[in-house]
Amino acid sequence: MEKCYLMTAVVLLGLTVRWTVSLNSYSGAGKPPMFGDYEAQRHWQEITINLPIKQWYFNGSDNNLQYWGLDYPPLTAYHSLLCAYVAKFINPDWIALHTSRGYESQAHKLFMRATVLIADLLIYIPAVVLYCSCLKEISTKKKIANALCILLYPGLILIDYGHFQYNSVSLGFALWGVLGVSYDWDLLGSLAFCLAINYKQMELYHSLPFFCFLLGKCFKKGLKGKGLVLLIKLACTVVASFILCWLPFFTEREQTLQVLRRLFPVDRGLFEDKVANIWCTFSVFLKIRDILPHHIQIMISFCFTFLSLLPACIKLTLHPSPKGFKFTLVSCALSFFLFSFQVHEKSILLVSLPVCLVLREIPFMSTWFLLVSTFSMLPLLLKDELLMPSVVTVMAFFIACATSFSIFEKTSEEDLQLKSFSISVRKYFPCFTFLPRIIQHLFLISVITMVLLTLMAVTLDPPQKLPDLFSVLVCFVSCLNFLFFLVYFNIIIMWDSKNGRNQKKIN
Amino acid sequence: MAALGAATGGGSWFSALALGVTLLKCLLIPTYRSTDFEVHRNWLAITHSLPISQWYYEATSEWTLDYPPFFAWFEYALSHVARYFDQEMLNVRNLNYSSSRTLLFQRFSVIFTDTLFVYAVHECCKCIDGKKAGKELTEKPKFILSVLLLWNFGLLIVDHIHFQYNGFLSGLMLLSIARLFQKRHMEGAFLFAVLLHFKHIYLYVAPAYGVYLLRSYCFTANKPDGSIRWNSFSFLRLISLGLIVFLVSALSLGPFLALNQLPQVFSRLFPFKRGLCHAYWAPNFWALYSALDKVLSIIGLELKLLDPSKIPRASMTSGLVQQFQHTVLPSVTPLATLICTLIAILPSIFCLWFKPQGPRGFLRCLILCALSSFMFGWHVHEKAILLAVLPMSLLSVGKAGDASIFLILTTTGHYSLFPLLFTAPELPIKILLMLLFTIYSISSLKTLFRLLSFFLQKRKTSF
Repeated sequence: MEKCYLMTAVVLLGLTVRWTVSLNSYSGAGKPPMFGDYEAQRHWQEITINLPIKQWYFNGSDNNLQYWGLDYPPLTAYHSLLCAYVAKFINPDWIALHTSRGYESQAHKLFMRATVLIADLLIYIPAVVLYCSCLKEISTKKKIANALCILLYPGLILIDYGHFQYNSVSLGFALWGVLGVSYDWDLLGSLAFCLAINYKQMELYHSLPFFCFLLGKCFKKGLKGKGLVLLIKLACTVVASFILCWLPFFTEREQTLQVLRRLFPVDRGLFEDKVANIWCTFSVFLKIRDILPHHIQIMISFCFTFLSLLPACIKLTLHPSPKGFKFTLVSCALSFFLFSFQVHEKSILLVSLPVCLVLREIPFMSTWFLLVSTFSMLPLLLKDELLMPSVVTVMAFFIACATSFSIFEKTSEEDLQLKSFSISVRKYFPCFTFLPRIIQHLFLISVITMVLLTLMAVTLDPPQKLPDLFSVLVCFVSCLNFLFFLVYFNIIIMWDSKNGRNQKKIN
Repeated sequence: MAALGAATGGGSWFSALALGVTLLKCLLIPTYRSTDFEVHRNWLAITHSLPISQWYYEATSEWTLDYPPFFAWFEYALSHVARYFDQEMLNVRNLNYSSSRTLLFQRFSVIFTDTLFVYAVHECCKCIDGKKAGKELTEKPKFILSVLLLWNFGLLIVDHIHFQYNGFLSGLMLLSIARLFQKRHMEGAFLFAVLLHFKHIYLYVAPAYGVYLLRSYCFTANKPDGSIRWNSFSFLRLISLGLIVFLVSALSLGPFLALNQLPQVFSRLFPFKRGLCHAYWAPNFWALYSALDKVLSIIGLELKLLDPSKIPRASMTSGLVQQFQHTVLPSVTPLATLICTLIAILPSIFCLWFKPQGPRGFLRCLILCALSSFMFGWHVHEKAILLAVLPMSLLSVGKAGDASIFLILTTTGHYSLFPLLFTAPELPIKILLMLLFTIYSISSLKTLFRLLSFFLQKRKTSF
């Protein structure tokens, strides 16, 4: 009973922090002619309620795709439509065709922020609460502390309630998917994940681990019996959910193709703006975007991405386990983020969600990663004038994690899940005992660099010759951190089985 | 790393709670602020740019200085820091000036001065005996008291949204209470005297202090049955207490006495022309009285017992601050409210004199004085309920009976503060924070006393 009350208190605190952050500015506030993501969402409400479905993804006199054309899958469109109906009921001026462009008012901001809060409350937050309540082998207090830390993760709060987006919907569905699949509710889990993909196509970053995990489960059950049945059922679920979501767009081939063209703009190039991935960082030294032809860029990005995530996925297919699944989610999403094409800085949230899920297993490294992930979005947050909420939420998150998990006391090899790796290395280099100390030093360097860069970006003006200096530096530092984490998470995944096998041998 | 580990482990839950609520206060910076924001900006301007002789005469703005001199000196000290944020806010003519830097400075000044409140809570926790409770941190009385005080909903929304400086003032009061608990009576008396000269609303609880210090400090011993032992009276203690009060008052009012401005200062401090009820009714007895009067006058009009032409037009609910006459029931004068208040506090004062129960008895009397003055006082603000809620928290972790009274008092008291925040963006904040505080206080106190009764039963059966 008591757990109920404390969990409620934690949820209320999370909601309070979210709403107070939403009192700040949003993306593109008061910046005509294009404004920002907030205007994009408002525009989609306008489009979906005023135009017939056939015209939503097409360029037309009423729908100028250059001005925030729809580039998310149909579920986002349906959600916008739902919000638009409510908006029409309150004040039709908000979504009047053409005349409501750039509409900004206090009441409208309240409405939009409320839609984010309601979506969050209905989808993401229950998933987090359920996930933490179902954790095994930890005390009630730790479950609640876990929920508090996940709900206080600054990145998601700042992007959804500050910058303005609906990531909590897609991430929430993905989390329901993880829950379903981890606790053997495979069909419901895959349905939830299909909904996530149909809300934002970036969720495809998570699709390979889901696929490998479920495939691994089918293999384990035996492809000649139950496994095959499960495989067929899953395939049917996936196909059915896609058909259901895309039904209005399957009527004509051209419709489907146009939607796909909007979702996957292959013409756009390796990256846009500044993002903390390999290609953007590499282009500081070598302008590959200009040197290499377009299709070569895509090939290279494809190869690197798949090479880096292949080992973990193969491992997951052969030895499916919920723990391995979560770690593979992290490493896959991180591989995609670092090596894929047309990655936006907000896509780091797709990596942050699985890292939140492994907060309990490796609190120190997870906290570190989540801090870096928020830092990597600093240029975006500064542009939206969200400095104060960013600093405050990051500090609150850090304090919550530090007190809940005593992260600074959990930096031994065992706690970092590097024991089996270290043992293997020590077979060749007996003196390899300094790994935890190296990691602690790296953490300190990383934090100091992040704090210094933040101070510099806020107080100093960049030199005239290099106007993007601070953004590039932020991306560079974040990218280095992410590479380190990619290696780290892959080590955990690959050496985990060896530990398991050794354990079995001993037993 | 080990040092960091030690810092974040162990007994640092208090720091985590204090830091956490401070961060929440920082998030509340962009919320709605009331006219009190302009009031304090005006006082910064007055104290900074004008000589002392003008402080209580200045009336360019309608928000004239109406707090005692120590608060004026406090604003003066703040104004020197304000200079580095935005010079323009210190201009008396810049009415309603609220640049972003001004906002930042003022909000941060409230957050910063809350440090005194945090220290006072820390001292109060030392006065709580927590050995009987469970081993789990969240079930210890100290932890619960810290949350109930540091994260108090009323204080959060009045100080950090509506905008006032009740944090450090309540800190002074709690600190003086803690000192009395720790038997450091002189310090307690000194702190209360200083507090009175910061905000004279604390006169509400002055009788409790006066009687307690006289009875339990000046009379050094009691007879075995607890009644007064007249020959144990210590003139020295009485004189030293009097000296403290005198010196503090001299420091505060001295300069104005020298300038012959005392009448003006007092007229500012006690504006009896303001009317029986504040603009938004404090939920006290006079609100009920006025409501009854209104109902009776409506009935009277319907039944044609009253002459419509004789009824004044202005209404007490219009939100204006003014004097008003009742129509059916007799009008209430300040003297009448004083008499009612005195009658209300008489029983607790009697108990404090004839049956002193140490600091705990004093605390009860203090709370009752605060509540009585709230119920029957002249021109009471609804924020005054915090004077009763905060000390009550100290009692609530002691006995189960006190805990249930505290829960009723705090929930209704906090709910009565809702009209203070009437804007739409703040609606979710006040609902969420209210729910958070109420759910936490009810569940934690219930658990605490369930555990305590369990342990007491265990002890009984083990004998």
